Amino acid sequence: MKRQVPLVLVFLFGLFMIFQYFVPHESSEWVYEFLLDWIYIIGIFALALGIWSLYVVSVDKIKTRKHDWKYSYITLAGLFGMILFGFTARHGDEWGWFLVFVACVLLTIGMIVQAMAAKTAKGLPLALAGVFLIASILIAAFDDTWSFYFYTAEGLQSTMFRAFFDYVMMPILATIFSLLAFFIASAAYRAFRARNLLASLLLIAALIVMMRFFPYFGSTVGELIARTSNWLMNVPNLAAQRAIVIGVGLGIVATALKVILGIERGYMGKG
Amino acid sequence: MKNFFDRLMRLDRRWIFLFLIVVCVITYAADFEVPILVEREVEVIHDFVDSLPPGDIVMIAIDYDPNNLAELHPMTFAIIEQCWRKNLKVLITSLSQNGPGMADQALRDITDSLAVTKTYNGKVYEGREIVNGIDYTFLGYKPYFALVILGMGQDFRLPFPTDYYGSPLDSIPMMQGVLNYNDVACVIDLSGGNITDYWISYGQNRFNFPLALGLTGVMTAQYYPYLGSGQVFGIMGGLLGAAQYEDLTDNPGLAKDGMRVQLFAHIVIILFILVGNIGYFMERRKLHRAEGR
Amino acid sequence: MDFTTFLWTTFAAFVTLATFSFLYKDNPFYKFAEHLVVGVAAGYFVIILWHNGLVPNLFQRLADGDWYLLWLNSSMWWYLIPAILGALMWTRFSKKWSWVSRWPMGLYIGISTGVAIPLEMSNRVSKQLYATMVIDLAGHDHAGGWWDYFFGTGLLDITSGLSQVLIFVGALAALIYFFFSKAHTGLFGRAATFGIWILMIGFGASFGFTVMARISLFVNRLQFIDQNWIQNALNPENMIDGARWPYLLVFYAVVLLIVGYIVFELVKHLGSKGKATASQ
Repeated sequence: MKRQVPLVLVFLFGLFMIFQYFVPHESSEWVYEFLLDWIYIIGIFALALGIWSLYVVSVDKIKTRKHDWKYSYITLAGLFGMILFGFTARHGDEWGWFLVFVACVLLTIGMIVQAMAAKTAKGLPLALAGVFLIASILIAAFDDTWSFYFYTAEGLQSTMFRAFFDYVMMPILATIFSLLAFFIASAAYRAFRARNLLASLLLIAALIVMMRFFPYFGSTVGELIARTSNWLMNVPNLAAQRAIVIGVGLGIVATALKVILGIERGYMGKG
Repeated sequence: MKNFFDRLMRLDRRWIFLFLIVVCVITYAADFEVPILVEREVEVIHDFVDSLPPGDIVMIAIDYDPNNLAELHPMTFAIIEQCWRKNLKVLITSLSQNGPGMADQALRDITDSLAVTKTYNGKVYEGREIVNGIDYTFLGYKPYFALVILGMGQDFRLPFPTDYYGSPLDSIPMMQGVLNYNDVACVIDLSGGNITDYWISYGQNRFNFPLALGLTGVMTAQYYPYLGSGQVFGIMGGLLGAAQYEDLTDNPGLAKDGMRVQLFAHIVIILFILVGNIGYFMERRKLHRAEGR
Repeated sequence: MDFTTFLWTTFAAFVTLATFSFLYKDNPFYKFAEHLVVGVAAGYFVIILWHNGLVPNLFQRLADGDWYLLWLNSSMWWYLIPAILGALMWTRFSKKWSWVSRWPMGLYIGISTGVAIPLEMSNRVSKQLYATMVIDLAGHDHAGGWWDYFFGTGLLDITSGLSQVLIFVGALAALIYFFFSKAHTGLFGRAATFGIWILMIGFGASFGFTVMARISLFVNRLQFIDQNWIQNALNPENMIDGARWPYLLVFYAVVLLIVGYIVFELVKHLGSKGKATASQ
C-alpha cells in the first residue's frame, strides 16, 4: 500500500502520457489537459515545502545557537517582511502607519522566536510579542491608508515589494554570481595548464574563442581568428555537443523507463 | 628569475582579484568603443523580427534570474524595444523563479524608453504610450516549466487563466483569438538555465514554432547542435550576442558599453594563462634537471 | 532621480559592495547581505506562488463556492482534489505519515516521465541523429560543381561538405568514446581517441564563452555602481528643495564606511604581521 500505490500511479500515468503523445484524439487531449491542470496546483504546494524548511532551519539555528545564529534573524525578517509587502498595498501616496505595522509584525515574530530559543525567562519575550501583536492588529484595523490583498495582485505592484526586488534581491544575487569572474581568473592562473595533448587542445580552442572579438590584430589576422573561432563553434564543438546531447537523451529515456517500470524508486525516499 | 616565478606561482589569489579589478575599472573609465562583428546566428533573429508585419505577436520567455541579468537583460531590452518600435505585440512569460520580477522591471523601464522619440538605423520612431493588454501581455510564472510549456501548446489559458497582474486572459484585448503557439510569430527564449532544453524538447519539437535563443555565455556552446539541426533558427550568446543585437538595432546599451571592459579583462585572463603555463613549464624543467634527466 | 529612489539605490550599492568584500575575506557585511537575500528571495517566491499560482489556478476557480463549506458547493468542486493531493505533500515532514506524500509524488513523477520519453527521444536522439547523418553533399547549388562545394571557400567554410563530413565523423567518434562496454583498443580505440580530441575542442570553446559570461557579470556591477549610484550622487540636478547636501551626505557616509573598513582591515593586517615578525 505504502509503496505499491505510488508505483501503480507512476506506471499508469506514465503509460498514459506516452500513449497520449501518439494518439491526439479529442478524448485523450481532454484527459491530458485535465491532468496538466491538476499538476500545476499540486506543484505549487510541493514548492512551498522548501520555504517551510528555510523557516525551520533558521529557527533551529537560533535555538541551538549555531555558528552565525544572529544572522538568522535577518533571514526571517527578510522572509516575513517580503511576504507582508506582497500581501499589502497602499491606496494612495500616503504611508500612514504601514511601516510601523511591518515593524510590529516582524518584532512579534522575532520575540516569539526569542521565546522559543530561550531556555529560561520566556516571559518577557512573550509579553513583548503580545504587545507588538496587539499593536499590529490595531494598526491593521484602523489605518485606512493601506489594505491586505489576498485574492487580487495589488501586492505584486506595491512600492515596497518592487523596491525589495529591485534594490535588494537583484543587486545581491547579481553580485554573488559576479564573484565567479574573479574565481575564473584565479583558476586560469593556477590550474589551466597545458600538461598534455588533450589539455593543450582545450587551451588552444579556448584562446581562439576568447580572442575572436579582439580588434587589435589587424584585418587579416583578426579575420582569420574570427573565422577560426566560428569554425570551431560550428564544426568540432557542434560535433562534440551533439554527441553529448544524444548521450544525455538516451540516458533520460532509459531513466524515465526505469522509473515508469518501477525499477528506479529513489523518488519514494526511505521506508 | 627562477625565484621570481616561484613567488609568482605562490601568489595570494587576492592580488589576482585586485589586479583584475584595477584593469576593469581603468578600462571602464576610459572612453572608447570596441567594433562589433555581427555573427550570422544573431543577425538571423534580428532579420526575422524585422520582417514581421505590425500587429504580429512575438512571444518572449524571460526565463532568467538576477544572476544572469548582466548578459540577458540587454537582450530583453533590445528585442522588446525593437518589437514595440515596429508596432509588434509582445507576449511575455517567465518560467524561472525570480524571472517575473526581472520581466516586471524590464517592462517598466522599456515602457519609459518608448515614450521618447528616437532614431534607429536612420528611421525616426515617435514616442508613444505602451499599454498593458494592447501592446503586451505578461503571463507571469507557474512552476514545473516543462508542463507549462506543454500546456501553452494546447491553450495559454490552461496554465495561465490570468495574467501576472490578475486580469483574466479572456478579458485582455490582445489575447482575443490568441489560443496557443500557432497564433504567435515566433518564440524567443532568454534563459540562464536548463529551461531552454524544455523549450526545444517540449515546445518546438512538439508544436513546431520558430524558436530563437538568447543564452548566457556558459550555455551557448551546448546549443549549437540545435542550430545545426534547424530546431532553433538563431542564438544570441552572452554579452557579445547582446552587443551584436544592440548594434543591429542601432540601440547601444549596457552590452555594447561593457565590451571594452570585456576586451581588456580577456587580455588579462589570457595573460594569467600564459604566465601560469610559463611558470609550470619552468617548474617542470627544474624538476627534470633535479632528477638528472 | 528623487531622493527616495536614491536612498534605495544607495542601499543596493552598499549591499553590492558588501558582497564584493567577500573577495578579501568573510566579514559581517557580507554575511548580512547573504542572509538578507536568502530570506527576501524565499518571501518573494511565496508571493509569486500565491498570486500567480494558487489564486488564478485554484481559488478563482472555486470563487463561486463558500469557504466555510470548504468550497464543496463550488461549480468546479473537483479542483479540491489536486489541492488535497498537494496538501498531502506536506506529510513529508511527519515520520509516521510521510508515506502519504508518495501518492501525489507518484502522480507528478508518472506524468513528467511519461511526457519525457517520446519528446526527449524525438528531440535529443532522432532529430540530432538525422541532422548528423543527412549530409548535404550534392544539394548545394554551387557554380563550380560538387568538388568546389565539398571544399567550399576554404578549410574554415562551415557550410562546405568537408565540414559536414567532419561533424559526422566527430560526433560518431565522440559517441564511440562514451561507449564503455567495449575496451578502447585497436581501431575502436583510435576512434575513441579522436572522439576525446573533438570533445576537448568543444570544452575549450565552452570555456572561452564561460570567461566572457563571468566577466560580464562583474562588468554589469561596475556599470550599476557608476551609472546608477555615483553619477546620481554627484549629479548637480539632483536636489531636495534646492539643496544638494542630502544626496552628498548619504553618498559620502557610505564611502566613509567603506574606506573606514578598508583602513581597519589594513591596520589589523599590518598589526598581525608586525606581531609575527616580532615573535620570530
